[in-house]
Amino acid sequence: MQLLNKRPESLLDLKMHYCPGCGHGIVHRLIAEAMDDLGIRARTICVAPVGCAVFADAYFNCDTIQGAHGRGPAIATGLKRSKPDTIVFSYQGDGDLASIGMAEIVHAAIRSENITVIFINNAIYGMTGGQMAPTTLIGQKATTCVEGRTAKQAGYPIRMCELLATIDGAAYLERTSVHTAPGVLKTKAAIKKAFQNQVDCKGFSMVEVLSMCPTNWGTRLDNPSEATKFVAEGMLPVFPLGVYKDAQKQG
Amino acid sequence: MSEKKLMKGNEALAEGAVRAGCRFFAGYPITPQNEVPEYMSWRLPQVGGAFIQSESEVAAINMIYGAAATGKRCMTSSSSPGISLKQEGISYCAGADLPFLVANVVRGGPGLGNIAGSQSDYWQSTRGGGHGDYRLFVMAPNGANEMGNFPQKCYEVAFKYRVPALVLADGIIGQMMEPVEFKDPEVDVTTLKEPDWALGVNNSRAKRQVKSYDLREGYLEIMVRERAKRYKQIEENEVLYEEKMLEDAEVALVAYGTSARVSMAAMKMAREKGLKVGLFRPITLWPYPKKRLIELSGRIKKFIAVEMSLGQMVEDVRLSLNGRGEVYLHSKPGGSVITAEEVLATIEGVMKKGAKEYAAIK
Repeated sequence: MQLLNKRPESLLDLKMHYCPGCGHGIVHRLIAEAMDDLGIRARTICVAPVGCAVFADAYFNCDTIQGAHGRGPAIATGLKRSKPDTIVFSYQGDGDLASIGMAEIVHAAIRSENITVIFINNAIYGMTGGQMAPTTLIGQKATTCVEGRTAKQAGYPIRMCELLATIDGAAYLERTSVHTAPGVLKTKAAIKKAFQNQVDCKGFSMVEVLSMCPTNWGTRLDNPSEATKFVAEGMLPVFPLGVYKDAQKQG
Repeated sequence: MSEKKLMKGNEALAEGAVRAGCRFFAGYPITPQNEVPEYMSWRLPQVGGAFIQSESEVAAINMIYGAAATGKRCMTSSSSPGISLKQEGISYCAGADLPFLVANVVRGGPGLGNIAGSQSDYWQSTRGGGHGDYRLFVMAPNGANEMGNFPQKCYEVAFKYRVPALVLADGIIGQMMEPVEFKDPEVDVTTLKEPDWALGVNNSRAKRQVKSYDLREGYLEIMVRERAKRYKQIEENEVLYEEKMLEDAEVALVAYGTSARVSMAAMKMAREKGLKVGLFRPITLWPYPKKRLIELSGRIKKFIAVEMSLGQMVEDVRLSLNGRGEVYLHSKPGGSVITAEEVLATIEGVMKKGAKEYAAIK
């Protein structure tokens, strides 16, 4: 039997703890493939967050650091400024990046830190058990808005790519999705580009990935692919895919 | 090397850190420590280092968490309310065994308080300050000269034992100008060996992880106990203090930083009156020089803690002596400065038996 698609060198052979149907495992693999493709594994440092992806620091075959909620871009700043020859990426969820860490992500973009941020948006808090996120949709149920989010009580879902696109220092912003196979391939290309930008010292790059959370969305656990419908029908209209900033293209 | 320069305490601290090998600084403006980031902003680029004015104290300490993880000597500074914001990150650094230097140029508190010098962050500094079981190596300078010379020692201890080090100054020491003489040779950072835990380029070794967590049952306890062994070593090896005229003293003033300077003046005034008074100045606030206090209690029976706080360090005096002497307190909270005359009055009161207002603290 011929092995056609082997494990990336940048991803360790460990059983991941993620729920069935969750997108984290897919994105981890895409990041690892991008690291392999660019030959940067040995000089990459992963900044793992608090939340579902807290153990990302165990899975990647590179140096890792794990920090507090939302502080990934600040930690990445300290790493990169101290060792500019490294490639530093911060891996963050929506509560982490768009709520408690809003200041850190905005100011990392303002300074155009030469780092790569991978932002997983699944419109809910995962690890803590399904509470409302800053990206939770209007009407979407969560354990802290059991009748569904209302704008009157909790405001509106935040669109990070659109927000960061107003910042001069942001070099590259793209929103992709992993709910379909073509979406996975586009996500891989975007992640690779975000790393290549860092290699080329182009400044702050972020890829926002729309992802599934079957467990906390309450979708059928015996068929986690059902959660992809929520991404397609619920999230895509609120979070349109596409490139929001590409400094190179804008010249 | 023996050249003396007139410097502000805060500037001396910054220059001392650079000379001790600091190559990364992140901080946020707050009075009365602004000269530190201002100095670092032009000084660090001169030596190939990096300076960042962060968006907040929270971001600053997390930049330090990242920078420290690369094994480089790095520093942040702030004043009381800003240090409170940094406590989460300091706890993470302690939990991840990362060495770095943090300076707190204390102002009056709690809350926004005022911008005067104070010593009311003693508990926060010596008891951890953030969440969890941890300690910081804490040095208390008594003037600009020590501000300039303490960073070297802080980095040595921090890297040897993998703990964060804290310089606990106050607004008066930060703002005063004094002759400063840097005693140690400037550290050549190219000679510093990269620690075997530092993150970075990884061509031929296994991956390294910096983290403060271990969710496996029982494993965090092992980590915390392992760290406690290093704390014990610090307590045994790194205690620093200064003594003045304690040989024949009947009363020992116990004070650090600015209140030690005031106490020195009060001691001299008392001596002129024939009162046998000496001064015991803890230089490390953690580890606290408790063994030496116990030794002193063999011949000195009255100890007066002098503090610009409601009385925080006095608890360490009491814990150290554990009933071996009478402990009194002269305190002034709220960013107000103690005068030597006030301390002298307390000395005289304590030395008169039965003076009710100076009853020993039980």
